[in-house]
Amino acid sequence: MKAPVKWLTEYTDLEVSGDKAIHELAEAMTISGTKVESVDKLGGEIDRVVVGKCISFERHQNSDHMFVCQMDVGEYNDGLLQIVTGAQNVRTNALIPVALDKSTIAGGVKIKSGKLRGENSFGMMCSFEEIGLSHLDYEGGIDDGIMVLQDLKMFEGLTDEQFDAFIGKDILAVLGVSENVIDFEVTSNRADCFSILGLAREAAVTMGGKYIKPEFTVKEESDAKAEDLIAVEVKDADLCPLYAARVVKNVKIGPSPKWMRERLEAAGVRAINNIVDITNYVMLEYGQPMHAFDKRTIHNDKIIVRRAADGEVIKTLDGQERTMDSSMLVIADSEGAVAIAGVMGGENSEITEETTDLIFEAAVFDAVTVRRGAKKVGLRTEASSRFEKGLDTVTCLEALERAVNLIEVLGAGDVCKGVVMSNPVEKAMPEIRFIPEKINAFLGTDATTEQMVDILTQLECKVDVAGQKVIPPSFRGDLLGEADIAEEIARFFGYNNIKSSLLGSCETTLGQRNRTQLIRDKVRTMLTGLGYNEMLSFSFESPSLCDKLNLPADSKLRDAVVITNPLGEDYSVMRTSMLPTILNTLSFNAAQRTADASVFEISYVYIKDEDETKIPEHKELVSLGKYGNCTFFDIKGEIEAVLDSLHITNYEAEAETENPSMHPGRTAKLIINGKSAGFFGQVHPIVADKFECPANSYVAMLDFAVIEKAAVDIPVSKELPKFPAVTRDLAIVVDKAVTAGSVEKIIKQRGGKVLESCKLFDCYEGAQVGEGKKSLAYSLAFRDENKTLTDDDVNKPMKKILNGLETMLGAELR
Amino acid sequence: MKEMLEKIRSDFAEKIAAAETLAEIEELRVGYLGKKGELTSVLRGMGKLAPEERPVVGQLVNTIREYMETELGTKLTAIKSAESLKRLEEEKLDVTMPGVKKEKGSFHPLNQVIDEMKNLFIGMGYEIAEGPEVEYDYYNFEALNLPEGHPARDTQDTFYITEKILLRTQTSSVQIHVMEHKKPPIKIISPGKVYRSDSMDATHSPVFHQLEGLVVDKGVTMGDLKGTLEIFAKKMFGENTKIRLRPHHFPFTEPSAEVDVSCWSCGGEGCRVCKGEGWIEVLGCGMVHPDVLKRCGIDPEEYSGFAFGIGIERTAMARFGVKDIRNFYENDVRFLKQF
Repeated sequence: MKAPVKWLTEYTDLEVSGDKAIHELAEAMTISGTKVESVDKLGGEIDRVVVGKCISFERHQNSDHMFVCQMDVGEYNDGLLQIVTGAQNVRTNALIPVALDKSTIAGGVKIKSGKLRGENSFGMMCSFEEIGLSHLDYEGGIDDGIMVLQDLKMFEGLTDEQFDAFIGKDILAVLGVSENVIDFEVTSNRADCFSILGLAREAAVTMGGKYIKPEFTVKEESDAKAEDLIAVEVKDADLCPLYAARVVKNVKIGPSPKWMRERLEAAGVRAINNIVDITNYVMLEYGQPMHAFDKRTIHNDKIIVRRAADGEVIKTLDGQERTMDSSMLVIADSEGAVAIAGVMGGENSEITEETTDLIFEAAVFDAVTVRRGAKKVGLRTEASSRFEKGLDTVTCLEALERAVNLIEVLGAGDVCKGVVMSNPVEKAMPEIRFIPEKINAFLGTDATTEQMVDILTQLECKVDVAGQKVIPPSFRGDLLGEADIAEEIARFFGYNNIKSSLLGSCETTLGQRNRTQLIRDKVRTMLTGLGYNEMLSFSFESPSLCDKLNLPADSKLRDAVVITNPLGEDYSVMRTSMLPTILNTLSFNAAQRTADASVFEISYVYIKDEDETKIPEHKELVSLGKYGNCTFFDIKGEIEAVLDSLHITNYEAEAETENPSMHPGRTAKLIINGKSAGFFGQVHPIVADKFECPANSYVAMLDFAVIEKAAVDIPVSKELPKFPAVTRDLAIVVDKAVTAGSVEKIIKQRGGKVLESCKLFDCYEGAQVGEGKKSLAYSLAFRDENKTLTDDDVNKPMKKILNGLETMLGAELR
Repeated sequence: MKEMLEKIRSDFAEKIAAAETLAEIEELRVGYLGKKGELTSVLRGMGKLAPEERPVVGQLVNTIREYMETELGTKLTAIKSAESLKRLEEEKLDVTMPGVKKEKGSFHPLNQVIDEMKNLFIGMGYEIAEGPEVEYDYYNFEALNLPEGHPARDTQDTFYITEKILLRTQTSSVQIHVMEHKKPPIKIISPGKVYRSDSMDATHSPVFHQLEGLVVDKGVTMGDLKGTLEIFAKKMFGENTKIRLRPHHFPFTEPSAEVDVSCWSCGGEGCRVCKGEGWIEVLGCGMVHPDVLKRCGIDPEEYSGFAFGIGIERTAMARFGVKDIRNFYENDVRFLKQF
């Protein structure tokens, strides 16, 4: 909300002039809760344009229309300043705005010293338009020449001395048009502060001054009575607590006066004509949107406030046809809608040059109805944004009076007697409990009862200390309970005057990470130790990524949670797999010509619930990705290291050939305690290609919940062995298809208690072992915790192992 | 006999002085002191001597043997240390050559900030709560005093899944989950991803992170909120950081405030970072609205509480000097490795 400072202070006893005072006001308002976004000077771009006096001038020798002038610009130059101009109305002693060297004029145009046809010119003389004004606003001003101060009506009667005092002064200050505008950020609960009066009230309480309510009388000079001219019927009073109207006859449409146009424009509203300007002026001043209808267009002189019919169409003031429905409220006559209530008027009832009689509307509409309606027709207007915050009936009637008062001030028509209005549905203001000690205890303050009462009274609340209650004023619909009252007191007591404390009176609590969080952090720590970089990514992605993943049409992963209003197709579904995220990241890094990259993320994929009224399952995955100088067994080893760090021992990897996104011969399922815990391996070359990843990209998608469940929190220590181990090597030849995993399983089963470990140390395929065969060589360690094993002790399990391998896998000892 | 022994001794002395290698030393040891060594032979021949000569010669032989052993030992040590020196010389490396690079990993800068905040609040007795990102409207808005049609909903452009399910726009949703399941005293923080339909630019991202804090107990005051945030600000933004509370409006807290910290770049003088204001807004907070407590079955007559929410990205950008928020989500390892 942009508030011109002069307008704002007009309704207070505050003296705010000069940059320092304005800055202080802005700072104080920010601290009391109405944040200042910016303080702007109107005509702020005009810089170094000062009044100069033409001492002498002569024709330019090389030009038939230019003059070379000698100007007195006061302190800005030692002696006279030479300026060349093409203006024909220059004359000796004329006071003229001079844009000095390195100055800025309207439109941000920079003026510099230069030469005009061989003559030096150290600046430029300006017209009204060149300093952002209109010559039409200044009687005596012309549009085909420069501004001459002595020609203006506003300076009529000044003595030469008085004129000379202007020399060297800022031209806008001399004309009195420099206006400071404060742009306030008003929070959505403060409907009352979307107005000059509301801000004036805040400013007064903030600065310890007084708020002065506008005082005026309406003369009602027309003999006609409004109630004889129009009628109002509200059909849905729940959606329209008050509808009030006044009639103005013999309207004279024309431009509004300069002061009004300046204020409107300073507040960011374009001036149009006196009637439209009055409605806008009142809206800005009171926060109450107004509307004016051409009375002739209202059939049967009756205004009806009703719900729109489903499919009812209205052409709004902006020329657009809008289709409405019965959740919306319209202003109508007997023939049809003339306005969407609280949003925008209809073209059919618009004020035009020919309007002679008009109806001013001031009403209160249900906030939610206006908000939804505005959204539905896609029109958010200055009016709707105020209605949707909730307005009050008292202010509404005051604003209507102000509108007709302005009609009289501007001489824009004859105001008819009386107000035509519906029965107001008054909202009773709540009686709020007020116990100063409780408020102090809640805030941690030591404000006195007098301080509190003083603040609340200035805010126009009714305070009953003995009765322990406060009743807020009608325009403060946001004050509903004790906490709201506490906030008002805290705001003006000063948030920053509240003493800091640290829950001294509260119970001590134990701060900690829970088990899940501890294990998650352990995994993160381990992975970063293994050289992985933690990444973070968006949780939504393009549905087309499923195609890139080589997924069949009926894949469950395609059934994603869909965002109805995404930023674009590329961000429209919640991911069901981390694979695209990881592959895109690998691809991105490869594109930066990074030779090796290892990344991981612990985050969610979102699995749709069959019942779509339920939120999806958030499945947490540990996802790894890497490329560069690495193999399948690197990523496998790293996963094993992570599991080791969590003391998980009961895990195995099984060949996974069915995952369409993964290399069928280089992918494994991870099984922990017999439960599937995800997969890892090399990305399918086709998929890698589609994502533009390096061919040797490896990924792991691990189920964090399974890992977490299997993690051992407190490992039990084992005594270190007292007796030596016996090691034996075992080399066997098996069919190529026999996996190392199955060999190890048999070794472990058959080895019994004394088998301590078994490690594969060689794997060989080639001519020496024959076609379709491979050789596997293991180093086995045997140990008994109670004695030194003899050869005989070890021969028995070795024999059992060999027998097992022979009979179950067709192995031959090498 | 004596002369012979002296001869053996002087021969040995000559040879050992000339010996240079371990092999030569060994040869000398065997040649003189071995089973068939010269000195050993003399001892063997003792039987042939007159009994009265035996002790004299025996003593002499022993003296010579001790002498030889000492000499051999000394020479052996000398040669060994010379050889060792030679080997060390040969093993010399150019230690200025680069190490064998072990790739170190890194924690994401946003998570580093979150981790630091977690540690800070855990130290003050907080637990860490988690909640879903795809959330019911009820938890994200309704229960937080933002019923449908509330104008404050406009300030948070929301991604919707259905009419009643959305991507949470704030971690405040976790407040409700926690209060529904836990009775006071409650002291939690809840970091996580939140979503708003903002287009991406250098300072906006449709996915970003917040950290929510919630305390509910008997006698919690606004002064407690302020004190807590002061500690937080000093820890996160530097020991000399000051904070400033500005009244604001959040539907689920009353009173509400926005919190500015003194500019971490200029200390409050006004600079480019703080746009000349000396203050930078970092978080929103307030006293939990009594209606919110009531809705979660907590009696506001008995309990009060405070809540706050901090944007992680902004804090991380300030801390690490990151200029563009998009860097956090591109996951360029060259960027990630810097942290």
